[in-house]
Amino acid sequence: MTIIDEMAESPAPDGSQDTGRPLLEVRDLHVEFRTRDGVAKAVNGVNYSVAAGETLAVLGESGSGKSVTAQAIMGILDMPPGRIPKGEILFRGQDMLKMSGEERRKIRGRKIAMIFQDALSSLNPVLSVGYQLGEMFRVHQGLSKKDAKAKAIELMDRVKIPAAGDRVNDYPHQFSGGMRQRIMIAMALALEPDLIIADEPTTALDVTVQAQVMDLLAELQREYNMGLILITHDLGVVADVADKIAVMYAGRIVEHAPVHELYKRPAHPYTKGLLDSIPRLDQKGQELYAIKGLPPNLTRIPSGCAFNPRCPQAQDICRTDIPPLHPVTERDGGELVGRSSACHFWKETIHG
Amino acid sequence: MAELSKTDEPQDATPNVSEVEVVDANSESEAVAAIEAPVERGEPILQVRNLVKHFPLTQGILFKRQVGAVKAVDGVSFDLYQGETLGIVGESGCGKSTVAKLLMTLERATAGEVFYKGQDITRLSGRALKAVRRNIQMVFQDPYTSLNPRMTVGDIIGEPFDIHPEVAPKGDRRRKVQELLDVVGLNPEYINRYPHQFSGGQRQRIGIARGLALNPEIIICDEPVSALDVSVQAQVINLMERLQDEFNLSYLFIAHDLSIVRHISDRVGVMYLGKMAEIGTDEQIYEHPTHPYTQALLSAVPVPDPEAREGRERIILTGDVPSPANPPSGCRFRTRCWKAQDKCAQEVPLLAVPERFQGEDTPAAHESACHFAEEKDVIHAA
Repeated sequence: MTIIDEMAESPAPDGSQDTGRPLLEVRDLHVEFRTRDGVAKAVNGVNYSVAAGETLAVLGESGSGKSVTAQAIMGILDMPPGRIPKGEILFRGQDMLKMSGEERRKIRGRKIAMIFQDALSSLNPVLSVGYQLGEMFRVHQGLSKKDAKAKAIELMDRVKIPAAGDRVNDYPHQFSGGMRQRIMIAMALALEPDLIIADEPTTALDVTVQAQVMDLLAELQREYNMGLILITHDLGVVADVADKIAVMYAGRIVEHAPVHELYKRPAHPYTKGLLDSIPRLDQKGQELYAIKGLPPNLTRIPSGCAFNPRCPQAQDICRTDIPPLHPVTERDGGELVGRSSACHFWKETIHG
Repeated sequence: MAELSKTDEPQDATPNVSEVEVVDANSESEAVAAIEAPVERGEPILQVRNLVKHFPLTQGILFKRQVGAVKAVDGVSFDLYQGETLGIVGESGCGKSTVAKLLMTLERATAGEVFYKGQDITRLSGRALKAVRRNIQMVFQDPYTSLNPRMTVGDIIGEPFDIHPEVAPKGDRRRKVQELLDVVGLNPEYINRYPHQFSGGQRQRIGIARGLALNPEIIICDEPVSALDVSVQAQVINLMERLQDEFNLSYLFIAHDLSIVRHISDRVGVMYLGKMAEIGTDEQIYEHPTHPYTQALLSAVPVPDPEAREGRERIILTGDVPSPANPPSGCRFRTRCWKAQDKCAQEVPLLAVPERFQGEDTPAAHESACHFAEEKDVIHAA
C-alpha cells in the first residue's frame, strides 16, 4: 500500500473542530530569486492568515509578489533560482517549509489546491479533460480508470458544464475560455480541499463569463466551507467577493483591512492612489488621478518605504526608515479590528 | 433635458439615418484633395455603413471549397465625429477588433462602405489610399509584441516617415522623433534605447508616439490599456485625453473594460456577435440602457465599492457567445436573452430608436437593436 493510500484512510482533520485557529498562516515570509542582475527580493516579510470559509484577497500590481507568495504556499516555486531564506507557512499549525517533499505532496491538491490564471496553458492540450480531472482520483485515491472517469463527470456537473457525460472525452481546445476555467475549478475542487488559492481566476475572461465563474466559486466555497485566497489586481472583483484584503507592494503587505473599511477609508497612500486611479462605471469624473512613476525594480528596492518615490506624502523619514505594519485605530484611539497600515503617516492618510 | 443639451453634436443619437454625402471624385488627385481637406469639429469624419467581413471556412487541401463563413462583422454602421471619442465595447469574438482592421484597411471588407471625408476607403487604392492611411493610425493592445525588439525607439517612431517622407524631411527626423517622445512624456534622450529597456506603460507611450508621428486625424485604439497595471493605466488614459485636446484627434476606442470606456468616451457602441446592439452617448448607454445585452454587460461589471454589492441587481447570463460561423437566426442575442420570444427568432431587430421611445425627449430614445427595448438602470444600487 502506498503512503498516499494510508493518508486517505486516516481521518481528515475537521475544520469545525478547531475554529479560531486559522487554516493557513504565513509568517514573515521572504522569497528571493538569484538573477544575473543581482538578487531580486520578490517577497520581503509577508504575514497573513485565512480561516475556514473566509476569503482573503491579495491585491497588487505585477511584480508585487502576490503570485510568488502563493507559489511558496503551494510549494511549486522554482528552486533554484528561487530561495526562501526566512519565514514560516503554517497549515493547521504545522510549518510546511520544514516538511519533506513527500509530506508536502500529500497536502498539495488534497488540502490546498490552486486555480491558475490561464486555463488554456494550465491544461495539457494532448490529454482529454476527463483524463486530467480523473488524474486527481487515480493518484491520490488510487481509483481505477473507470471510476475516476465517473468521478470526473460528476465534478464537471458540479461546476455546471452542460452535457458533462458527452464532453468528458473532449480536449481543452474544444472548450470556451469560461468552460476551461470551470474545469480548472473542478480540478481544484476534486478532493474537496480545505483551502483554495485562486491566482487571477477571471482575468482572462469576459465580464459576463467572469461574473458566472466568480459566482460559481463563491457558491462552492460556501458549500464546502473552504478558505479562499484570491489573488488579483482588479479592485472591482475584490469588492464583490472578499472578506478581507491584503494590499501588496514590492513584496510587502502595505495595508490590511476588512473589505468595507478599505474602500471607505484607505490608510495607505498606495491604496488610496489605486482607488482614485480607477474610472468608475456609475459616475463620470474629470481627469483620473494617476500614481506617478513606475513600480520599483525588485533588485533595487528603494530604501525606507518602497513606495516613497511615488508617494505624494513622502517625507525624509520615508526614505530612511522602513515603516512597520502599524495597527490602525480610530481618531480617538478606538480599535479597528483587522486593520493595519505600513505607512509612517497612516493617521494623516486615514483621518485626513 | 440636461443630458441632451450636454451633447453639442446635432441629432447625434441617430446618426445612421443621415445620408452620406459622397464626394464625386473621378481622378485620384481629386480624391487626395478631398482627403486632405479639413473637417469642422463636430462634423462626421468617418461614416461606416453596413460594414461586413466574412472570413471563409474552407475544406479540402488541393481543391479548396468554401463550406461556410465566420461572420466576424455583419452589417455594422456608425459615425465618428471630428474631435470625439467613440467607444466600442463587447466581449471577445464580437468583431470589434475586426472593425478596427477594416477601418485601417488592413483587411478588405466583404461588403459595405467606410466613408472618410466622403471617400469610400474600401474602394480606394494607390496614392489616395496612402493618404487615407496617413490620417488613420492605430495603437495596439500589447506593447510587448507590437514593437520590434531589434529596432531602437528612434527607428520605431521614425519608421512612418520612411513611408510618408513628405511629413518630415530626412534631416529633420531625429528632432521630430525627440519631440514626439517629449509629447508622450518620455525622456527625449531615450531615442537610442531598445524596447526591452522600457516598462509596459512606457512601451505603450512609444506605441502612441508612433501613432502620432504622421499627425493623423483619427487614432484607432484597440484595447490600449488592458495589458497595463492599474496605476499605469490611469497615466496612459490621461495622456491620451491630453493628446486628443492638443492635436484635435478623433478616437475610436475599442475595449472590453466598460469603466474605462465610460471614462474616455463621448459616445459608446455596444457590439454583439458582429452586430451593433446599441449606440448612444455615454450617458444614454450607461444610465439608460435599453438593450438587454447592454444591461447584462453593465450589471456584470464588478464595481469597486463593497457597499454596492448587496444593493445592485446582477443579471448573470447563462452560456457562452454562440459561434460567429453559425449565428442564431433573428436576434443574435436571443439564445442568452431572458426576454426572448418567437418574434426574436424570426425577425432581425434593426438598429433604430425603439418605437415606444420615438419622438420622446428622454435619454432612453437612442438606437437599440431590440424588439422589446426597455429602459433599466443597472449600475446604481437599488
